[in-house]
Amino acid sequence: METIPLLKQLSETRGLAGAEGPIREAVRSLWSPLVDEVREDGLGNLIALRHGSGPAPRPRLMLAAHMDEIGLRVSGIEKGFLRVTAVGGSDLRVLPGALVVVHGQRDLPGVIGMRPPHVTPADERDKAIPWDELFVDVGLPEDQVRAQVRVGDPISFERELVELKNGLVAGKALDNRASAAALTLALEQLARTRHAWDIVAVATVQEEVGLYGAITSAYGVAPTLALAVDVTFADQSNYSDEHTFAIGKGPAIAIGPNFHPHIVERLKKTADALEIPYHIEPTPGRSGTDAWAIQVSREGVPTGLLSIPVRYMHQPVEVVAARDVERTARLMAAFAAELEPAYRPAWEDEA
Amino acid sequence: MMLKELAEAFGPSGNEKEVRAVLRGAVEGHVEQMWVDSLGSLHAVKKGTSSSGMRVLLTAHMDEVGLMVIGHDEKGGLRVRTIGGIDERVLAGKAVWVGSERIPGVIGLKPIHLLEKKERSEVTPLRQLVIDIGAEGKEEARRLAPVGTTAVFATPFRELGTAVMGKAFDDRAGCAVLAELLRGEPFRHTLHAVFTVQEEVGLRGARVAAYAAEPECAFVLEGTIADDLPREKEGSPTSELGKGPVITVMDRSFTAHRGLLRLIVAAAEEAGIPYQFKQPGIGGTDAGAIHAARSGVPSAAVAVPCRYIHGPACLLQWSDLEHTAQLMRETLTRLTRRALRRD
Repeated sequence: METIPLLKQLSETRGLAGAEGPIREAVRSLWSPLVDEVREDGLGNLIALRHGSGPAPRPRLMLAAHMDEIGLRVSGIEKGFLRVTAVGGSDLRVLPGALVVVHGQRDLPGVIGMRPPHVTPADERDKAIPWDELFVDVGLPEDQVRAQVRVGDPISFERELVELKNGLVAGKALDNRASAAALTLALEQLARTRHAWDIVAVATVQEEVGLYGAITSAYGVAPTLALAVDVTFADQSNYSDEHTFAIGKGPAIAIGPNFHPHIVERLKKTADALEIPYHIEPTPGRSGTDAWAIQVSREGVPTGLLSIPVRYMHQPVEVVAARDVERTARLMAAFAAELEPAYRPAWEDEA
Repeated sequence: MMLKELAEAFGPSGNEKEVRAVLRGAVEGHVEQMWVDSLGSLHAVKKGTSSSGMRVLLTAHMDEVGLMVIGHDEKGGLRVRTIGGIDERVLAGKAVWVGSERIPGVIGLKPIHLLEKKERSEVTPLRQLVIDIGAEGKEEARRLAPVGTTAVFATPFRELGTAVMGKAFDDRAGCAVLAELLRGEPFRHTLHAVFTVQEEVGLRGARVAAYAAEPECAFVLEGTIADDLPREKEGSPTSELGKGPVITVMDRSFTAHRGLLRLIVAAAEEAGIPYQFKQPGIGGTDAGAIHAARSGVPSAAVAVPCRYIHGPACLLQWSDLEHTAQLMRETLTRLTRRALRRD
């Protein structure tokens, strides 16, 4: 598969946290030819199994990428305009003038409107416009709006993927569709490779609202070992420091209490062998990713995390480097294929 | 009316070439004379049918608000200033076209996760915003988008409910109406139409065009602020969508000629065209320069109501656009020198 068209498809497909239907079906079509079994769990996680070649009962590697995205929901209708509320960490600062789609009885394109600046007192213009002064405008008279839209209907950002220079792309929901793309590319590579372990790829739901998909899917899969893939902060013009990583210079391998040190070491070794550049992402506590939930599933799961640097996270113009997505896929696939049938992460001081 | 092509054309103030080309193509063959003046405004003269007809100036401005590159940073970001008035609050998270070759770019902020709580409701000032075109560093950024390169919102035109949405309806809506008038049957009066430049940076094109045209009276065609969103205290809105052309009595740039106002209102009433008055004291148009040209020109401004002007996506109702063209036709048909008498 070509990376940029894949990113375009996954970025532009909608899948608000708790309303992941369209993205789940897109991922199902992409994964079905690459795996032996596909199922869904009670929350809507998409769980795909590739049988390994090792002797049964085989250990299971869970590869997880969340497929939900942040957005808005309708919270009221007034004069034909929609009042809205946040789903996940939506950023108030980017809403005025943003294009959206309201998923009512049918999909209605809209724009987030605000009153003109000349009616705003000067001392309020350096403040983001508050929720109660932002409205979604679908360009319809009130009676038609009321017939089409209900309180609670999901609203997603509308943004076609834009190709920037140097293989960078900008779009909505690249958190975390960049990782969903990487996982898809990894499955494609694994379909051509021998791997001893069973591989269970999971496109999780509701990460943005509390890691709920990871909680239930990790329980259902009961993996021997897990690797989550998500995005992290990339260096950008108006912000770069120790929290951020250069874009286009490979994925980040996370270290910290959330991650089993053996997995970290194996990831580094595999990356070195494949000459894949990587960053180390120090994570002193909560990683804020599916890895955080998976690690404490059932009796505990040794877990690792790969992160793809993304600029402008949670804004509808997130930027990612296509080559970082490809490197993440190669690293994930090689890590999975190299797991020996009898390998179990252990502690050095274990008996 | 050809709003889509006009709205999607690249034309920040001082760089109106694409808009001019669209308009030239639209009115060619429908006017007797056409030329471009020293500032770049497109003049088109449509002869009247009567030898005693007046010389009437009709204008709509071609330029739109935008951004200009003023520098480059180490990460390859383009530092910018606004061309005309853009509210900083609408820039964040938007896509832009850089240069008329339309290099795609985006404007992003520091991620919300890395903000202090109080920063989450703060507007990032323009001096901290950059356009990201994916350049790898200062040198590449400088090569791709040198200082002075201009940018506009990258918003495709589309239908939205019963309305249409796009960028730059201020004043491509006015341009569409004026082109429509020129493409129709001639009037008794000679129309001196000017598609002006540089309105957004100080009514520059209109000033010299009005001097050159030496008209007996003038009509300015605009896309103006509709402010009809819900609010805590309902007052009179600047204008409302779907309620017909917006007639200016007085704004920050001029006071309309009373005779022309009466004429426009009478034309609307007689022809059964809906109309509304713009709330006085807000905004300004090319009429500000035109009414004070030479020894004074009786002037009026008629506008299509548009929501969210100067933002990435404006909204207008097609019926308002058509009613504005219709009202102008009815007005020009009824126009006589008597309307210009002072009372």
